[in-house]
Amino acid sequence: MSDYNQPPVIGKAGDVTTKDGGKSWFYTDVVKDHFFNPRNFMHEDANPDDYNAIGKVGSPACGDELRVWMKVDPATEKILDFRWKTFGCGSAIASTSMASLMVTENGGMTLSEARTIKPQHIMDRLGGLPARKFHCSVLCDKALRDAINDFYRRTDQVDKMVVEASRIIDPVSKVTDHDIEEAVLDGATTIEAVQAKTKVGIGNPSVLPAVEELIRFYREKYFGA
Amino acid sequence: MPNVYLDHAATTPLDPRVLEAMLPYLKENFGNPSSFHSVGKDAKDALDDAREEMAKILHVRADELLFTSGGTESDNLAVLGFCRANQSHGKHLVVTAFEHHAVIEAAMHLEKKEGFEVTYLSPDHDGMISLEQVMAAIRPDTILVSVMYANNEIGTIQPIGEIGNAIQKHRKQNPNTMPCLQPGNFQFPVFHTDACQATGALDLDVEKLHVDLMTINGSKMYGPKGVGALYVRRGVKIQPLQFGGSQEKGIRPGTENVAGIIGMAKALEIAQGERVAESQRLVVLRDMLIAGIRERVPKVRLNGHPTKRLPNNVNISFMDLEGEAFILYLDASGIYASTGSACTSTTLDPSHVILALGLPYEVAHGSVRFSLGHSTTADDIQYVLETIPPLVAKLRALSPVRVDPKYYV
Repeated sequence: MSDYNQPPVIGKAGDVTTKDGGKSWFYTDVVKDHFFNPRNFMHEDANPDDYNAIGKVGSPACGDELRVWMKVDPATEKILDFRWKTFGCGSAIASTSMASLMVTENGGMTLSEARTIKPQHIMDRLGGLPARKFHCSVLCDKALRDAINDFYRRTDQVDKMVVEASRIIDPVSKVTDHDIEEAVLDGATTIEAVQAKTKVGIGNPSVLPAVEELIRFYREKYFGA
Repeated sequence: MPNVYLDHAATTPLDPRVLEAMLPYLKENFGNPSSFHSVGKDAKDALDDAREEMAKILHVRADELLFTSGGTESDNLAVLGFCRANQSHGKHLVVTAFEHHAVIEAAMHLEKKEGFEVTYLSPDHDGMISLEQVMAAIRPDTILVSVMYANNEIGTIQPIGEIGNAIQKHRKQNPNTMPCLQPGNFQFPVFHTDACQATGALDLDVEKLHVDLMTINGSKMYGPKGVGALYVRRGVKIQPLQFGGSQEKGIRPGTENVAGIIGMAKALEIAQGERVAESQRLVVLRDMLIAGIRERVPKVRLNGHPTKRLPNNVNISFMDLEGEAFILYLDASGIYASTGSACTSTTLDPSHVILALGLPYEVAHGSVRFSLGHSTTADDIQYVLETIPPLVAKLRALSPVRVDPKYYV
């Protein structure tokens, strides 16, 4: 066995939350608990037909894919069961596991309550995540809202579906504010980095001031700086 | 809990013999080699000795070695410093698509900001670059070719000697004929190799490798961190990246890291002296790990050539799971490895090396590198093989992804 008389590089018992502005990759004990013992994930032998709403967000190409299955009581619109699967990192697993707990505890949230869950609420319950891993918890509230819409679609209550509108920022590249939000969450916090990811403004530099403003907005929103 | 460090390609612990060689220069022999007194002279002598020793091992002249702060600085000097100094002879360079970031980002900077053109050579599916491929990319205005000796992620070993030989022949037959140049110039293209990962396993004799520039560093061969060297063949011009005193011929000014350099020289001596025996030992363990994982875990893929790879490198993509989560599970079991997943990088981009092999993102996200070293034993490998299968099964149960079988069958 390795014997360098040195403490292990990572994973020492008790390494805790990132109080250092997100420079560290270490996770809180709550995050670790959910990561090592994920709650409510969709078992291999479960029957998808037992669920009356599904949601999906991301793709493996982006590094994250999340699928959720919900069982909603049509009379009360309460979430009776919430299951998930993710191709994601430690934060994605932990934040989805935590979200599944939040929507089903105390008899289950109603769909309208569940719709108000923000990434920040999940983060708070986890005791924080490294700033760079924030986008992982953004995925699960999106998947949840996707599933809520799916429930209303299946029950012919189309009027209750909420479309998350996005606004085209650059008519040339068709980049939306939502694309820029995603890029910022993926760690692109400068105009150059956002352009590398989205191609925004490359053929249309007149939109760049607006793009910069959005980057600043999302940076402040998610990273507080 | 066991403590199995399998990340020697990231960095190695200091060899006690290296530490011993360094200690006097951190304590009593603290002088500045530039000082004009006995204390300074002692440091200068030690520095000169270290340079001589390293030069002997690399089969170069002592004045052809430049000490730097590490592999990144050496690579930057080789790419930025060389290209800037020689741009009147042409503004084209050839690098491989899976070079270390220290080379590739420097090349991209020249391309984006300084008007150079860069050809990026794609490795084949096994992570190999061919001689023909390199030669076909060379143009009349090519001033630099950079091909890494051994890849840091997948460990594949490139035919540096063959490429170097062919480039030397090419130079003799094709004098640089750019209109702006002095006629009859035989110097281009110059050939650089990043040998940081090769120091413990491969022959570093520059006369056999036929390179003009070569990067090595201390921290991958049981030497100290923060110190490296660049071999610069006599006559090859390099422009400095920083300015100050006349240390290292003014190309790399700043008071020398005396203890670090002495440690690096000692580490190189040990690494090259023991490399044959150590390589034989590690190849057995490496192949035991590769075969064992394939036997026990379904849906895996070995990244990189099965035999033309470093004796200490195992890189495997575990399909349908994400590397960062896996690394954390391994960590909790006392196994320390690394991944090409985006989630562990600061840019959130997955490994450019795995992508350069023509593999999709999800395969890059699931790649894990185990790099063996001095401390690795057969018991360690056995422990890893027993630990991995249930962890993989647990993460796969959480995953909605099913990677196309063509990538692992």
